[in-house]
Amino acid sequence: MPTAKPLAAPRPDPPPEGASTVARAKGTLAQKLWDSHVVRSTPEEPDLLYVDLHLVHEVTSPQAFEGLRLAGRRVRRPDLTVATMDHNVPTKGGVRAADELSRKQMEVLAENCRREGIPLHQIGSRRQGIVHVIGPELGLTQPGMLIVCGDSHTSTHGAFGALAFGIGTSEVEMVLATQCLPQNRLRDLAVNVEGELPLGVTAKDVVLGLIGRTGISEGQGHLVEYRGSTIRSLSMEGRMTICNMSIEWGAKAGMVAPDDTTFSYLERRPHAPKGAAWDTALDHWRSLQTDDGAAFDQEISIDASHLEPHVTWGTNPGQVAPVTGRVPSPRSDTDERALLYMDLKPGTALADIAIDRVFIGSCTNARLEDLRAAATVIAGKHVHSSVRAMVVPGSTSVKRAAEDEGLDAVFKAAGFEWRNAGCSMCLGMNPDILAPGERCASTSNRNFEGRQGSGGRTHLMSPPMAAAAAITGHLVDVRELL
Amino acid sequence: MQAVSKVTGRMAPLDRADVDTDQIIPKQFLKRIERTGYGPFLFYDWRAKGDFVLDRPEHKGASVLVTGENFGCGSSREHAPWAIKDAGYHAIISPTFADIFRANAYKTGILAVTLPARQVRHLIDLATEAPTIEVIVDLEKQEVRGDGFAYKFDIDPFARDMLLGGLDEITLVERHAPAIGAFETQRPAWLPTAG
Repeated sequence: MPTAKPLAAPRPDPPPEGASTVARAKGTLAQKLWDSHVVRSTPEEPDLLYVDLHLVHEVTSPQAFEGLRLAGRRVRRPDLTVATMDHNVPTKGGVRAADELSRKQMEVLAENCRREGIPLHQIGSRRQGIVHVIGPELGLTQPGMLIVCGDSHTSTHGAFGALAFGIGTSEVEMVLATQCLPQNRLRDLAVNVEGELPLGVTAKDVVLGLIGRTGISEGQGHLVEYRGSTIRSLSMEGRMTICNMSIEWGAKAGMVAPDDTTFSYLERRPHAPKGAAWDTALDHWRSLQTDDGAAFDQEISIDASHLEPHVTWGTNPGQVAPVTGRVPSPRSDTDERALLYMDLKPGTALADIAIDRVFIGSCTNARLEDLRAAATVIAGKHVHSSVRAMVVPGSTSVKRAAEDEGLDAVFKAAGFEWRNAGCSMCLGMNPDILAPGERCASTSNRNFEGRQGSGGRTHLMSPPMAAAAAITGHLVDVRELL
Repeated sequence: MQAVSKVTGRMAPLDRADVDTDQIIPKQFLKRIERTGYGPFLFYDWRAKGDFVLDRPEHKGASVLVTGENFGCGSSREHAPWAIKDAGYHAIISPTFADIFRANAYKTGILAVTLPARQVRHLIDLATEAPTIEVIVDLEKQEVRGDGFAYKFDIDPFARDMLLGGLDEITLVERHAPAIGAFETQRPAWLPTAG
């Protein structure tokens, strides 16, 4: 396999594949991770990769388990498989508040896990939560691993220096049956982010700004490594936010090389290595870096020191602008349709857009640090009279930790609803949805038409920005409130 | 999976880019535990608004969906290609597909074919102006052809073999059980287990 390709190489179809797995002299982190999971490689077929951790939830797994059953197969490694209920769990009222079909999906997951011996964090249990929040907080997500899940935001786990990506239900069935996945080789893309983030600017703004620049398909066929001083200075939570949204610009996976921030986060987590095993693991983890001089197929550079808080104005995450800006004039049919759906006119100041709802939640931005950042903005203030605002912690553990430090009291005093953990209004599979025409400031990852409820209008932003919008009743530059 | 070597039929033009999986099959229809029955909910919200292009009489019964770039972006829900196939579309032609969607489409037995943007434009215009015209999406010859044109396409050779042979990929991988077992014995001891 060549070590470098021209920057402007056209996208091949199929992507480069079946390439030999002989290690390159100077390797990228992504290719090292790939190589260390190759069970079998031949020129004629995709590489067969071994999966270290398979995360499972109620929505994309029932058909896979049924496929297994019909073929008389069993789960090969239930000990490398972890299930949770997240996508359609109600965030108040418990399982009884779920509609009949959602409840059925949860029951089927529980039954499948029971039969196959798969650990399940079900609704009501203390470790339940969004699949991409609980993996890291339980210490199941570790550097060097290959992690898959039937969910496109699996790229989140790449923040730990893991190779992690979303798969479809047929692939879920493949992994359940064989613990392996045939995959074609992908290309390397580096995003270099340098500079100190200004006050009020977060990891969310880094990734929204990036997608605003690249558009929503630039990452196709690539494994992305986020690098540079800005990334190094981010917490694990911030790195997860960025890796989480890799799929929003089309990338298969996003990752950050592990460092002391990663190791401190992991140490003493329930599933992290202990004692001598920790030291052995640490030695290995420190080697998981892109070699100096290794070539990427493409590189993108971002100056973080001039970034501003971003908000989306359209119906995909690439339709985004600094909050100090205005709704742009449409440059394509897609833009025109988006403005129509969003009921926005070109030239309108983004900060003049009134909102009805605020959602602080999702696998992108519902970790403890996110809730703290939002709480800092709202402390001592009150949600605007025309706004209904809710906080949905990413996991039951996050909820408990937030309550231990009194964040729930801050949110409730300000007029926020304080809910139980789940995906909730990120995708509105549970009862938490927007009414048609309602406009929402949301910390989630997708602003597609109807994503948060049919006819609903979503503006993506960071937790502090969403908190600020809740108070003022319109999109606003959070820096005015700091 | 059923073997598929070609799809012959009329084209339905969905002339827009970046069609995401939330439009293809909205979340409220992901609650079934079966692989079938999603067809009526394909593009549910767009169809509910009325006069949706795929519902126009002249495009009823089409089996080839022709659409803009980055088709299938967004979530990993395989319900998207299930719904498309359920609704009678057995081939999709686009300048580019989102990676996960394309993989899912192949597993569903849908011929997801990429052609250069100008050829896709020709097909969309043709489908709009002459909706009764039939095309053949020929996987064996790797071409889309109709009256007066034949467009060659590239496709992942392994996916092509799987589709042409109607092969069960899990059975193929299970043949490598000895290699998988050997790999497992060499995995580092510190790696987490779920118990």
